[in-house]
Amino acid sequence: MAEYTLNINGKPHHVDVAPDTPLLWVLRDHLKLLGTKFGCGIGQCGACTIHFDGIATRSCLIPVSAAGSKSITTIEGLSKKQDHPVQQAWIEHDVPQCGYCQSGQMMSAAALLKQNPSPSDSEIDAAMSGNICRCGTYIRIKAAIKTAATKS
Amino acid sequence: MTLIKTNYNRRSFLKVSAAAGGGIILGFNWLVSCTPSEKQLAQMPEEWFNINAFLKIGDNGIVTIMSPNPEIGQNVKTSMPMIVAEELDVDWKNVVVEQAGLDTQKYTRQLAGGSQSIRQGWQSLRMAGATARRMLLEAAAKQWNVPVSELTTAGGMIKDKSGQSISYGEIASAAANIAVPEEVELKDPKDFKIIGQPTKNVDGPKIIKGEPLFGLDYYEKDMLIAMIVHPPAFGLKPKNVDDSEAKALPGVKDVFIINSLPDGIEKQWSDVNAFPELVVVVGTSTWEVMKAKKALKIEWEEVTPGENTEDYMNGLAALMDKAPEQADRKDGNPDDAFKKATKTIERTYTAPFLAHNTMEPMNFFAHVTADKAELVGPIQTPEYLRKTLVETLGLPEDKISIMMTRMGGGFGRRLYGNFAVEAAAISKKLNAPVKLVYTREDDMTQGTYRPAYTVKYQAAIDADNNLIGFKVRGAGINGSPVFNNRFPAGAVDNYLAENHSLSSNISTGAWRAPSSNFIAFAEQSFLDEIAETVGKDPIDFRLELFDRAKSNPVGTENDYDPERYAGVLKLVKEKSGWGTSKPGVSRGVSAYYCHNSYVAQVIDLVMKDDKPVIQKIWCAIDCGIVVNPEGALNQVEGGMIDGLGHAMYSAMTFKEGNPNQNNFNNYKLIRMSEAPLEIETFFVQNGIDPTGLGEPSLPPVAAALANAIYSATGSRISSQPFAEHMGKEKVMN
Repeated sequence: MAEYTLNINGKPHHVDVAPDTPLLWVLRDHLKLLGTKFGCGIGQCGACTIHFDGIATRSCLIPVSAAGSKSITTIEGLSKKQDHPVQQAWIEHDVPQCGYCQSGQMMSAAALLKQNPSPSDSEIDAAMSGNICRCGTYIRIKAAIKTAATKS
Repeated sequence: MTLIKTNYNRRSFLKVSAAAGGGIILGFNWLVSCTPSEKQLAQMPEEWFNINAFLKIGDNGIVTIMSPNPEIGQNVKTSMPMIVAEELDVDWKNVVVEQAGLDTQKYTRQLAGGSQSIRQGWQSLRMAGATARRMLLEAAAKQWNVPVSELTTAGGMIKDKSGQSISYGEIASAAANIAVPEEVELKDPKDFKIIGQPTKNVDGPKIIKGEPLFGLDYYEKDMLIAMIVHPPAFGLKPKNVDDSEAKALPGVKDVFIINSLPDGIEKQWSDVNAFPELVVVVGTSTWEVMKAKKALKIEWEEVTPGENTEDYMNGLAALMDKAPEQADRKDGNPDDAFKKATKTIERTYTAPFLAHNTMEPMNFFAHVTADKAELVGPIQTPEYLRKTLVETLGLPEDKISIMMTRMGGGFGRRLYGNFAVEAAAISKKLNAPVKLVYTREDDMTQGTYRPAYTVKYQAAIDADNNLIGFKVRGAGINGSPVFNNRFPAGAVDNYLAENHSLSSNISTGAWRAPSSNFIAFAEQSFLDEIAETVGKDPIDFRLELFDRAKSNPVGTENDYDPERYAGVLKLVKEKSGWGTSKPGVSRGVSAYYCHNSYVAQVIDLVMKDDKPVIQKIWCAIDCGIVVNPEGALNQVEGGMIDGLGHAMYSAMTFKEGNPNQNNFNNYKLIRMSEAPLEIETFFVQNGIDPTGLGEPSLPPVAAALANAIYSATGSRISSQPFAEHMGKEKVMN
């Protein structure tokens, strides 16, 4: 076990965990930040996507020991009042079905728009293809990203 | 005007009481239609007659609808309360929807199960709303000393002829003293104000902030984490486990073998489990337990031989050449028709096992003590789970509570509660609260799969290009996919349906639109091929068959309405501009009936690097009254993307019982870049009571794709997944 101070959603969080513990499980088991979801554990589904120094990153693949002082943002910290353009667009387009993958989808979408405020269809495809939606809400996700792009 | 009785079977359907803090609570049964048939009554568990949902009208006028139904993504948590609110005649913005809590002391919180749909709840939900409205009206009439017939309602207000008015909130407490009426009036569908309005998912605001709604998000103080190691291959069970290394790891509490379904217990249909005997690792955190799993050295022993994919596919293929002892449907003289035919065509279609792959892996919380059990998690069949737990835990039903969480997808997987039974067995052994968590690999290799299927179709055509004979012979693992009385049965004079089943130790279960998820592809691809052979447009050819099934049907058991079936084809024909062509764009059509709904689809695609890129899908659907068009569109779109993805890319295959796929790096699911660029859906407008919506858009879409690919490439695909077989099949003459 080792002690770490993580910079999550703008606040320091102290944990005492094994160094190889993925950020995903630090967030979920130890800090009860449960919006970040477990889907595959091998970086293939995107349900655990967080922002790691602003970059969309699969938290199941990042050991806590690699976090250092980098800024970590989870869905809980995407906005204070759920008013990030991506969150608002997700409501406007009524995107979720089961909803399980949507935290990860929104984190990927928000990171994309930060880097590229008006992405083309193929740029959206490229940025979002690491996120699986088993319910098949892809068309709505893409439409919501385009709406968010007009408001970002 | 429809009058409807509020009681049946000598039981009152509704219970009423005053609400704490003012107002009225009306308890009703969410699931049971008020006029069930004798057959339905016989099939219903006794508990379903109990009150399980509540409608509260507070003295502030806020209407709270407590639903026992967990949400698995079909939007029922939004659409079902809309039905109650419609008949109650309130503003939707004053309606709050809550999931009923774990507290079972006040009410019997009996449990919803299966794919309980709008279809089953339609009448009971309407009646609950109409009854509450009637009681509010009677209370107001009494207070004002006027006849009820002189009162009207709108937006949660009651008015009389003189113009005096009172809100539901103000009269709600008085209404609690009104006797439950024996008969109430339902609205005419033309007067609906909420039903038919696009309405946003009530849980949307919670989902976008990542609230812990799902089973995997459930944590309790001092809760332990358990994971399982199930045998690596079907046919094996654990023999011996060396846990010395694992137990020495930090955070590991225990390692043991359990049998979650011991011999001799009475099993339910939902107790599908190829691996009841499991190695269990328990610890304090998920990651520590995951690491400990990998440190186990387990010896397995064979119970039954492991199977190879080529073996069972060969087994299914062999059944295609063998007539069963008895046909399941025979009209006319099919053999004679094939002898008289001037042309015959034949094609055999196959599809692999599929995993459900809900995004939220299987999990369940259990706390079992000597005298009671509390379980929390994602399950669609809690009433059957509880029956099994009575057997495995030795506790009476009333000491077992099950709280359902929101589910991160179902697709049929959470009808089978093995993971909850396992969680309970683990908690009982530990005498501690524990959450069982499956890894993706545990989940994908556990079984309960959509079965592998094969079906052979044959058509006999006469000199005038009439379809005079039709034969279908199907086989599948643990059951055939053929629906004997489904189209084109009823439209062909000489018809034969035959079925085989091949048993396997690879476990199977219901997967979104069971059987239909394969057979629609085969049937609608074959009809396309017949249309081409007889030189007819594929839509016109189908419409002619529906004309025949309507004007002069063959047989009496046909399970579809040819007029509604033809209706969706005509609608999609019109909307897609069928018959026109765009350069470089290829088209395919398909239509199918299941879950009492009718769907027709047209796909436009272009081939790019030998891969189909779907430009657009037009979808016409007749599912009766659409309660919430917003949620309905989302369901229909998702169903098509689901159907396209699995037809194109997905498969479970086996070597000596070992699954060759265990995670999303080797089991491909459709991703955004492969989804259709556009979908346009059209609902048939009619006043028919609602029918299925969560499944019907999935089955036909694979055939629309296959038929469009044929149009583009001249090659008919008969095996799924298409991506593996495209270009490898012979081009038809």
